Amino acid sequence: MIEYQNIFTTVQVAAPDYAGVPVENTHDDRTGVLTHSYLMGKLGDAQIGPIYLGPLGVAALFTGTIAFLIIGLNMFASVNWDPIEFVRQLFWLALEPPGPQYGLSFPPLNDGGWWLIAGAFLTLSIMLWWWRTFALANNYGMGNQMAWAFAAAIWLYLVLGFIRPVLMGSWSEAVPFGIFPHLDWTAAFSLRYGNLFYNPFHMWSIFFLYGSAVLFAMHGATILATSRYGADREIDQITDRGTAAERGALFWRWTMGFNASMESIHKWAWWFGVLTCVTGGIGILLTGTVVENWYLWGMKHGLVPTYPMIGEAVVDPLLTEGAQ
Amino acid sequence: MKTLTTKLFATVGLGTALLLGGCEMPPPESTQWGYRGTGMEGLYNPDTLNELDANNIVPEALPAVPAVGPKSKDVYQNVQVLGDLSVGEFTRLMAAITEWVSPEEGCNYCHVAGEGFAADTLYTKKVARVMIQMTQNANENWSQHVGGAGVTCYTCHRGKNVPEYVWNINPGHKVAGGMKNQMQNVSSVAAGLSSLPVDPFTPYLLDARNGRHAGTTALRDEGGVSLKESEWGYSLMMHFSSALGVNCTYCHNSRAFSRWEESSPQRVTAWHGIRMVREMNNDYVDPTTDWLPPHRLGKLGDAQKVNCETCHQGAYKPLLGANMIKDYPNLARLAQPEPEAPAEEASEIPEANDMADMATGGDQ
Repeated sequence: MIEYQNIFTTVQVAAPDYAGVPVENTHDDRTGVLTHSYLMGKLGDAQIGPIYLGPLGVAALFTGTIAFLIIGLNMFASVNWDPIEFVRQLFWLALEPPGPQYGLSFPPLNDGGWWLIAGAFLTLSIMLWWWRTFALANNYGMGNQMAWAFAAAIWLYLVLGFIRPVLMGSWSEAVPFGIFPHLDWTAAFSLRYGNLFYNPFHMWSIFFLYGSAVLFAMHGATILATSRYGADREIDQITDRGTAAERGALFWRWTMGFNASMESIHKWAWWFGVLTCVTGGIGILLTGTVVENWYLWGMKHGLVPTYPMIGEAVVDPLLTEGAQ
Repeated sequence: MKTLTTKLFATVGLGTALLLGGCEMPPPESTQWGYRGTGMEGLYNPDTLNELDANNIVPEALPAVPAVGPKSKDVYQNVQVLGDLSVGEFTRLMAAITEWVSPEEGCNYCHVAGEGFAADTLYTKKVARVMIQMTQNANENWSQHVGGAGVTCYTCHRGKNVPEYVWNINPGHKVAGGMKNQMQNVSSVAAGLSSLPVDPFTPYLLDARNGRHAGTTALRDEGGVSLKESEWGYSLMMHFSSALGVNCTYCHNSRAFSRWEESSPQRVTAWHGIRMVREMNNDYVDPTTDWLPPHRLGKLGDAQKVNCETCHQGAYKPLLGANMIKDYPNLARLAQPEPEAPAEEASEIPEANDMADMATGGDQ
C-alpha cells in the first residue's frame, strides 16, 4: 500500500499539467510557465506554476520593489557605492529611522526621510498583498482564515513601525531596516524598557509561539502516524470519523487525558499562530507608551522573585559619591 | 543491509559533526559570581586562559634601592615630576621605564645622545612626563578603580612605545556624497563586530554623556531618553565586555541590567573606571595634542586616547591583578614632599588637595 506523505515522501505527487479551476471575477488568467520538478516533488507537489498575479499582485510587487530599492540603495550609499563593502557589510547595513530631534515631522531625506518613504511603500505593498490574499480566497470560494492570520502579522508590523512610534511622538522609536541592526534594536529595546521578559504580553506571545511549534509537530506526527488508516483525509474525518481519527484521538487521550478533534486541531493551530502576533503587538504597544520599565512594573505587581545577593550590598555610586 | 548500515553510519557521523561543529574543546571552566539561578557566571575556555596567562606575565622588578641620599632635582636639571626621588630611586625608575616602554630604543627613545638628559628636545620625553603624572594620579586618586594592584607604565605599554590598544575620535566610515553618516550600521570593531555605534568612546570616555538609558519608573516617564541613545550605551558595554574578556553578568544581573541593587561590586569599580579614563583623556592626553608630531595623531588630529582595553587587554584585571606598584612606590602618588611613604597607604593619605593643580593637569 502506498503511503501519502509529503515531507521526505517516497511518493512523487506527479500528475499531468493542470492549470487549475478558472479564476472568477477577473479579466486575467494564470500566467507563467507550467513545469514539473522532481526535487520539488520530494517536498510537495511536483508541478510548478502557473501563477495568478492580477492587478493587486502586480501593484504589491511594484511597491514592494520600490521599498526594497530605496532600502538597498541607501545601504549602498552608506558605504560610498563601494560594491565590495556593500557585499562584505551587507548584514550590518541599515536604513535608519530619523533621530529623536525630528519627532513625528518629516526629516531631511538623508537623515531618516528615506526611511519614512521606504516604510510607506513597504506598508502599501504589504496591504496590497493582504488584499490579494483576501480577494483570491473569495474568488475560489474559500474562507478568509488566511487573510485574517496575515492581518495578525501585519498588526505586529504596524505596531512596531507605525502605531507605537506615533503614540510615542517620535519616528526614532521605530525599527531600522537592516539584518543585524534590527536585531541590535531589539536588544536595545529590551534594555531601554527594562527587560521585555517581564511584559505579560511578551510572555503570552512566547507561549503561543512555542506552542505553535509544539502543536505543529504534534499534529504533523499524528497525521503521518495514522495516514496508513486514511488520516490523509483528515477533513473528511471531521464529520465522518474513521479509524485514523479514532487511533490518533485514542493515542493522545491515553497520553494526556485529552485530545483535539480532526477539526479543532486546525483551529488550535490557527489561533496559536494568530495570537502570537496579536499578543506580541499588544506587548510592544504598551512598552514606553504605558509602561516605562517592565522589570519595575513586574516588581510592583509581585512578578519578580528575589534572590539573595552574594557578597557586599551594591549601591548606586551616584548616590554615594555625588554627581560626577 | 550492509549498504544501509554504511549509509546510516555516514549520516549519523555527518550529523554529529554538524551538531558539534560549533562546540569548543576542551570543555569550558565556569566561575560563579552571583546567586544560583541568575546565570551570573563566566565561562572560560582553558586554551584562552592559557593564552591570557601567557600574555600577562609581569616582568621581574628591578632590585629596590634606598630612598636616601641626594634628591634627583638637586643633582640633575629639569626634573619636573620626579624631583623628590633619591638619585638611586630616580635612576632605577628610568631603567624600569626604559624596559617597559622602549626596550629596543633604550634611553635614546626620549633622550638625544650627546645632548644631555635635561633637554626636552624629543616629544617622547614630554609625553613620558605627562604619562608619569597620569599614572601617579590614577594610583593616588582613583583607588576605587585601580586599588589593590595599582598601575604602572607596564600595565598598558607591555614593552611597546605606544600601548597596543588606544583609540582616536572616529570620523566614521566613508559615505556617499549627500548621505549623513549615522555612525553605526557597519561592522563596529569597538562594539564587538555588531552593527552598534562605531565610536562609543567619544561620547562616554571623552565627553560626559549620560549613560543611563533604562526607564527609572514602572509607568510612563515623559522625560525618558530616546531608544536610539541606548544603542550607544550598549556599544560601550560591548567594548567593556571584550576589553575585560567577561560577559555582561560579570557586572550585571541580566534580568535587570540597570539595577545597582542586583549588580555585582565590579559594576561600581567600572563606574569609577569610566570617570578615571575620562579624566585621563581630558586632563592628560588631550593637552599633548598641540605638540605631538602628526604621525601620533588620529584622522581628526587628536591624540591617541585611553579606554578599558588600553590597560585590561582582555583580562578582567590588568595583568590578572598582579600588584606591580608595590615595587615602584614612586609611581603610587603625585610628586610629594615625603618620597619614602609606603605604597600600600599611598591612596589613603589625604594630601591630594596640595596636588589639585597637578591632578587637573593645569600645571606641568
